[in-house]
Amino acid sequence: MEDKDLPRTSVPDQPQGLSRRNLVSRLVTIGAAALATAMSAGGAVEALAGESEEGAHDLTGAMPSSRRFRYGMVVDTRRCVGCKACVVACKAENKTPPGVSYTLVLNNAFGERLDDKPLFMTKPCFHCEQPPCVDVCPVGATFKRERDGIVVVDYDRCIGCRYCVTGCPYGARYFDFDENYPAVEDQTAYAAVPSPEYKQFRVRKKGQSPAGNVRKCTFCVHLQDEQGRYDKNAGRWPSCAKTCTGHAIHFGDLSDPNSEVAKLLRERQAVRLKEELGTQPNVFYLL
Amino acid sequence: METKALKRLFWIAGSVLFLIGLGGWYDRLANGHVHANYGSVVTWGLWVAAYIYFIGLSAGSFLISSLVYVFNVKRFERIGRLAVFTAVITLLLALLSIWADLGHMGRAWEVMIYANFKSPMAWMIWLYSAYFLLLVAELWFLLRWDFVVGSSERSLCGRLFRLLKLGSNDVSENSRSRDRRIVKILATIGVPVAIMFHGGVGALFGVVAARPHWHSGMFPILFLLSALVSGGALLTVLAAVFQDGWTRNREIVVSLGQLVLGLLLLDVLFQVSEMLVAFRGGIPGEVEGLKLVLGGPYWAVFWVGQLALGTLVPILLLVFRTRSDPRWVSLAGLLIAAGFMGMRLNIVVPGLAVEELRGLAESISSARISAHYLPGITEWLVTLGIVGLGMLLFGLGEVFLPQGSEGEETHVRIR
Repeated sequence: MEDKDLPRTSVPDQPQGLSRRNLVSRLVTIGAAALATAMSAGGAVEALAGESEEGAHDLTGAMPSSRRFRYGMVVDTRRCVGCKACVVACKAENKTPPGVSYTLVLNNAFGERLDDKPLFMTKPCFHCEQPPCVDVCPVGATFKRERDGIVVVDYDRCIGCRYCVTGCPYGARYFDFDENYPAVEDQTAYAAVPSPEYKQFRVRKKGQSPAGNVRKCTFCVHLQDEQGRYDKNAGRWPSCAKTCTGHAIHFGDLSDPNSEVAKLLRERQAVRLKEELGTQPNVFYLL
Repeated sequence: METKALKRLFWIAGSVLFLIGLGGWYDRLANGHVHANYGSVVTWGLWVAAYIYFIGLSAGSFLISSLVYVFNVKRFERIGRLAVFTAVITLLLALLSIWADLGHMGRAWEVMIYANFKSPMAWMIWLYSAYFLLLVAELWFLLRWDFVVGSSERSLCGRLFRLLKLGSNDVSENSRSRDRRIVKILATIGVPVAIMFHGGVGALFGVVAARPHWHSGMFPILFLLSALVSGGALLTVLAAVFQDGWTRNREIVVSLGQLVLGLLLLDVLFQVSEMLVAFRGGIPGEVEGLKLVLGGPYWAVFWVGQLALGTLVPILLLVFRTRSDPRWVSLAGLLIAAGFMGMRLNIVVPGLAVEELRGLAESISSARISAHYLPGITEWLVTLGIVGLGMLLFGLGEVFLPQGSEGEETHVRIR
């Protein structure tokens, strides 16, 4: 199972891989404990089952030893003019089809405000510390990478049940309906250009992954180097942040105190959406 | 005579539905999800609703069959086999519905091998697989004796029975009582399995904290109750149509009707409680979904389908004098069983049709990122086809499977 499984995907940094573990021994190990986990989604049982207690750390960033980066964004809504360049840049970078938008710009997400100022919020995937989408996936196709906390989807494993779409509280997941923009549909030269996503360089073909899969923002993970680092000056930077006309989207390693994002969080008051759900998003908003 | 006419209607309706369903399946297989109308906001639609509907019917009719095979309720003995058969068929229909819904139908098997047991969906799939095997085994042991006895006939049935008896030749009284013991054991194991897996279907929705319309501890219990009501209601219809219909099953249909009435009232109590608490609390997220149910674009599904036709009319039919006429009782059963489809739709769709963040659907112009959902033609055709297939399977089951003379069996057991 192991050998057959691994080459099927080139998503680096595999999950708490069910695939890599012998199913039988896993069943024996967790046994009844997992039943309780499934029912209560409690963390205590995880420890019993010998699972890594990833995410048990608090907000301030004590991370498990395998974690080296905590990538996140700080979005300054006061600098956002709602031009949606990020939406377009993302589409160009990841070649996403119609109906799949890794980032969107919300207008007045908080409803009518007394100050009467417009409020735009760009909304990528928040790459939560406690991602509810990951736990609901029946096949473990979506997971939080151990090294940098980026939540990814293994297109070759995903069965397209869309449970994760229901499980995400932020509307960050999109099903690929195998639809195409005219440039791809008409087989123009653009159609043959592969998408760099996950460095898998897939060319879009009818009925083949990622069509029929759930897709989501990856923080442009394909732009990382081997060590998992981005480089703003070299242009290896999430395309939405790179293109933002008002410099509203700040990206970086939240666990690095010298990063732009960490400084912003120290200096300004940031909020995260739906804190009450305990998802601990890694995307912050400055209002 | 009347049962005959009813049966002919049944066959015609089943065949027509099945045939138009083929059109839907063709489109689904040739074009994938392109003509399905769900998107990334309302990401589950008619097929998922049909899935939880059928799987509820299965769990419900199985639990009612357990009255006979576990709890020895003699009154329902004659429909015991029918109930188990119903559980098998409706489970098949449920699996077909959810299979059509998958983005990659060819990868359905992956859940068995790569199951993530943190996911209620993985648990549900493992449990209903176990349940399916258990049901088939139970049905076989219920029918084995008849297969062996009938296999000596030269008819088509006889040949089929020779195949289905799986090499068993024992027609002794000993083997019959052994079968009965095995059935009892299987049925007894089946009860907690059915409760776990259907409660699990409820939990699948209930655990999703992102959707306040679903996120309630009531959900697994509501699912179980609804399964019992809809499954029992369906059985009143089937018992009136099959096995000589209401003429012979009169007593069973009538008393099953009263059982269903009691369960339905309990179900109503639970649903009312859920609504009242949510509305009084008034937290927008929790109320939005219910508001869609009661006053959204598809208010009629609730007020007409679910409440008037699926609840009030049947309650009246089962309370007033019509309660002792099997024909009225089975009509009430049909209305309840059909009305529960509305209930299933009102769980799945309004739960998703509330934007998770304000302005999400307006932020980009795409039919796939929209809070509005009306099933597409392909979705309707596939679902109707699955209903038709179910009807045909029931018809075939009646023609080819041993009807069993349960009266005789009781006789033997008493002796």
